[in-house]
Amino acid sequence: MIADAVPPGLILILAVVPAVLLRGRLRQAWMLLVPALSLLNMLALPEGNHFLLPFFRQELVLARVDRLSVVFGIIFHIIAFIANLYALKVEDRFQNAAALVYAGAAVGAVFAGDLFTLFVFWEMMTLGATFLIMARRTEKSMAAGFRYFMVHVVSGLCLLGGILLQVQNTGTVAFGYIGLGTLSSWLIFIGFGVNSAWPLLHFWLPDAYPESTVTGAVFLSAFTTKTAVYVLARTFPGTEALIWIGAAMTVFPIFFAVIENNLRRVLSYSLINQVGFMMVGIGIGTELSLNGTVSHAFSHILYKALLFMSMGAVLHQTGKINATDVGGLYRSMPWTCTFCIVGAASISAFPLFSGFVSKSMVMEAAALGDLRLVWFLMLFASAGVLHHAGIKIPFCAFFSHDSGIRCREAPLPMLLAMGLAAALCIGIGVYPQPLYGLLPFPTDFQPYTAGHVISQAQLLLFAALAFALMLLSGTHPPEIRAINLDVDVLTRMGGRAFYRLADRSLNALNAWADEVVAHRLVRRLAEFFRMPSCNLQRVGFRALALFVGNHQWMRERISLEASRCEHGMHPIGVGVLRAVVLLTILTILVIFW
Amino acid sequence: MNKNPVNVGPNPSPLIRPRTLKAALAVFFAVLGALLLAEGWAHRHVIFPWEEWYGFYAAFGFVAYVLLVFVAQYVLRPVVMRDEGYYDR
Repeated sequence: MIADAVPPGLILILAVVPAVLLRGRLRQAWMLLVPALSLLNMLALPEGNHFLLPFFRQELVLARVDRLSVVFGIIFHIIAFIANLYALKVEDRFQNAAALVYAGAAVGAVFAGDLFTLFVFWEMMTLGATFLIMARRTEKSMAAGFRYFMVHVVSGLCLLGGILLQVQNTGTVAFGYIGLGTLSSWLIFIGFGVNSAWPLLHFWLPDAYPESTVTGAVFLSAFTTKTAVYVLARTFPGTEALIWIGAAMTVFPIFFAVIENNLRRVLSYSLINQVGFMMVGIGIGTELSLNGTVSHAFSHILYKALLFMSMGAVLHQTGKINATDVGGLYRSMPWTCTFCIVGAASISAFPLFSGFVSKSMVMEAAALGDLRLVWFLMLFASAGVLHHAGIKIPFCAFFSHDSGIRCREAPLPMLLAMGLAAALCIGIGVYPQPLYGLLPFPTDFQPYTAGHVISQAQLLLFAALAFALMLLSGTHPPEIRAINLDVDVLTRMGGRAFYRLADRSLNALNAWADEVVAHRLVRRLAEFFRMPSCNLQRVGFRALALFVGNHQWMRERISLEASRCEHGMHPIGVGVLRAVVLLTILTILVIFW
Repeated sequence: MNKNPVNVGPNPSPLIRPRTLKAALAVFFAVLGALLLAEGWAHRHVIFPWEEWYGFYAAFGFVAYVLLVFVAQYVLRPVVMRDEGYYDR
């Protein structure tokens, strides 16, 4: 079986070549075929380590197949297929190639069995993602892509430093449980943390994702953060810091999401909030919580991609994405609106939708661990999700006020991709057993108890009641054409301040060096070497004058010598002639005596 | 709710007819009432004691929503909101 297989991820990456060369329907067929082929290849691999390569007395493992890697592998392939279907009409070689490399690298990272292979795929993901952002080819997207690249290069270096120290400490490149303690473990932890969008390290995400292409955002929403969730689940399960990091992640972005005008940026903040639940699950580190993290990552990838697809469709059809510019589109785009509502219900964790069957595992794990504050924070965040993703996204785009925009429904491939994602969201919500069967640990978790369904429905619908009452009474905050500062103000303004500082200090140094070296020094040297002997004598006479006093005869002597130098009238020639004559006579005498 | 109304099409008709809206709200309130009633009927497995308080989740959802929206609007927004061209200067 394995003789026919290749390392997971490789097919997607190598598929770039035909994807770039082919055109039209052939390319479309190829883009849909590749994720399916790659998935079949992955499923053909039995559990265990495969494709071992010797590397500097170490062994690289290109495919470590176990329950954790397979479940991430499956969802990554599903979403690669859906996103490729969504992007079927995109005839842009640059974007198609970046998307395939990005997806392939994510799959490769998930199956990497050693830290070096992981690092290579990790960096490849950064490249793919950067190009997906820049592929929009606007000034803003180029700048955002560059900032994304810089942040991830720095975090990649942090990770690389950690990996090198880790290999030095432990003598092995094996990629397994690490746990916090040594410097190397902290460097790796933080390297992973940047990609997980931890608080204060999160700014790249709401900065870059909303600036990416319509289709690129769908890929981006799935891979970078969820690969980070996977690696943290493997290397740092049960690390208490992750509980608090995760709890903070669930809460702080929802406040930003409430006041954000760009609907794809709202989704970006919402993404951080959802990854927060996964972090808490990893931090708790029990079988139930880790199952919760993995199942939540699985459902999250689908509903988040669905929401990004629906907002992408709005942007694609209207050219607008700000809540103040769109609205009332449900008549023009009824299908997109329906799919968006399915995504909104799923992320809000309404019973019968996918978020419900996965988030409840993390909540229950926190409750069983008696993490009261964390539990309350997550419950607060659950009500918050309803506001920004459950209500704001569909309400602002499709209802709210009538923007006057009358556009066509999204193209068929986009609708099919959204429909497929929506069907999976409902399918997982209604019948979660197949997903539970894929989880790392066996589980008999029952999400559909009467008490649980009623509690969750009460939480969400009474939050919705608050929305309805505030809207009807006119106390709901308006959407405003504005941007909101985030931590990136420090990097952006810090970057500008650094630029100014460098401009003033280094450029001033440069100007001074230019004046002194290039102008004054060179001029002096040129003057000196124009008449070196004369100048040398002049220096000598001046030094002598210091001792004997600057007499009249000394000044006359100096000007006489200067005049002789200038006219080549140095008496040196006479002295030399005398010496030569004398030496000649002496030689003759010595020879003939 | 929008401070900056945008161009409305040639014959603006209400997005949702008032009658439909009223009916939807009536259904919504009925569901809310049913959920509160159902809580007394359903057997619930709880972990924390406060989960047994009648209407805990309903009250929490309502209060959390209002708190979130007001804090975002009256605390966060005045601090972080800037005009759209802020970074382009």
